Amino acid sequence: MIAIVDYGMGNLRSVENAIALAGEQVEITRRPETLRESRAIVLPGVGAFRDGMNSLKDSGILDILQEEVITNQKPLLGICLGMQLLARKSYEGGEYKGLGWIDGVVARIEPGESNLRVPHVGWNNILVSRDVLFDNFDKLPDGHVVYFSHSYAIVLDNDSDTRVIATCAYGSTLNAGVRKGNVVGLQFHPEKSQNVGLHILKQFVASIQ
Amino acid sequence: MLKNRLIPVLIHKDGMIVQSIQFRHTNVIGDAITAVEFFNIWAGDEIILLDVTRERGERDKFMEIISALSTKCFVPLTVGGWVDSLDDISDILKNGADKIVINTGAFEHPDLISSSAERFGSQCIVVSIDAKKNNLGQYEVFIDRGRKNTGVGPGEWAKQAEERGAGEIFITSIDHDGMGEGYDLELVREICGATTIPVIASGGVREWQHLVDGIRKGNAHAVAAANIFHYMDQSLRKAKKYMLESGIDMRQ
Repeated sequence: MIAIVDYGMGNLRSVENAIALAGEQVEITRRPETLRESRAIVLPGVGAFRDGMNSLKDSGILDILQEEVITNQKPLLGICLGMQLLARKSYEGGEYKGLGWIDGVVARIEPGESNLRVPHVGWNNILVSRDVLFDNFDKLPDGHVVYFSHSYAIVLDNDSDTRVIATCAYGSTLNAGVRKGNVVGLQFHPEKSQNVGLHILKQFVASIQ
Repeated sequence: MLKNRLIPVLIHKDGMIVQSIQFRHTNVIGDAITAVEFFNIWAGDEIILLDVTRERGERDKFMEIISALSTKCFVPLTVGGWVDSLDDISDILKNGADKIVINTGAFEHPDLISSSAERFGSQCIVVSIDAKKNNLGQYEVFIDRGRKNTGVGPGEWAKQAEERGAGEIFITSIDHDGMGEGYDLELVREICGATTIPVIASGGVREWQHLVDGIRKGNAHAVAAANIFHYMDQSLRKAKKYMLESGIDMRQ
């Protein structure tokens, strides 16, 4: 069973539907017991960083998440805002502390080209590195295009243990996927990226068996 | 690189999907869920669902439709119509939408743009603007389902909406809507020139070439259409194929 964290932010239903399609039992929850029972945790999220962190704190599950993800090394997938919350801090609308499970900060996208607008919204190609999420990626018939919708992106610290596993081009290179051990984050929305996204989620499900 | 987007628009009225002709909705062609299944919406890059019911009535039925659509929708779902408060936005997102369109609500309460952007993130907030040319050839913003002339220029309003935190602008020409002569390219260009956020063109498409023109001549980042996708199977795929063959960078 995969637990999807319900902390009041974002479209949980889409993530639930997409993972269920991958053949895994899914529970949307904020109950510590359910998080403990799960084989993996998904942290989704749409919205602003400050609100996201506050909602996470208010939901009362920070401690259990810390225990399951960091102490017990349970696989965690962060999506969009969920990925950004994993960072040390974010500069969105101020300066706010994040979970610190990924060595990086969240900063505003600066494409550096006047015709490229922010937010970065729509379908863009990703270049992927070796990672379980991208197993059999080359077998996908279409281009490797996924859906992004964000104004801020993760910038990794120098000399960090966190690996970039996917990037996209938008003026400059943006980090689209990062991993540190059992913690992996995707900036784009796999649950909204049709067959390419569903493939990635299938691989996530397969990787936790 | 980032692709241009092709977005089918489902116009909802009283539980049915209708066709838009100069804002007098008379052709009922099916309900929302049937439309999604039958017309292979998956070829679209996003789906926009707009509720244009004349009076704000019971919203439960509309929420049910959003919820049902969202279970079949693995591309982003943007929903609008009668959005007037943070609660409205929260309800719609809870029911499965990814983004919100605000039109009259944004104009009448501009603070709603900033407060919703702050709470839900700018990328979630699409401000929709309807405009029409007056006798002097100037564009004016209309609100309340095309019933009320604000006298404000759409470029100016779009700029303000962006400053307040809108993530995208959805621009519709009332004159061109449903007429099958293509977008009002001058209007689209004006909005693109007045803002630095993505612009979605809407209103007037009958041929695939109109979609290409929206990108090439209108400078829009995304093109939306309601009328042309509800008659033929595979119509979305064919439109996309045409755009790709015309050299527009699209998702295959």
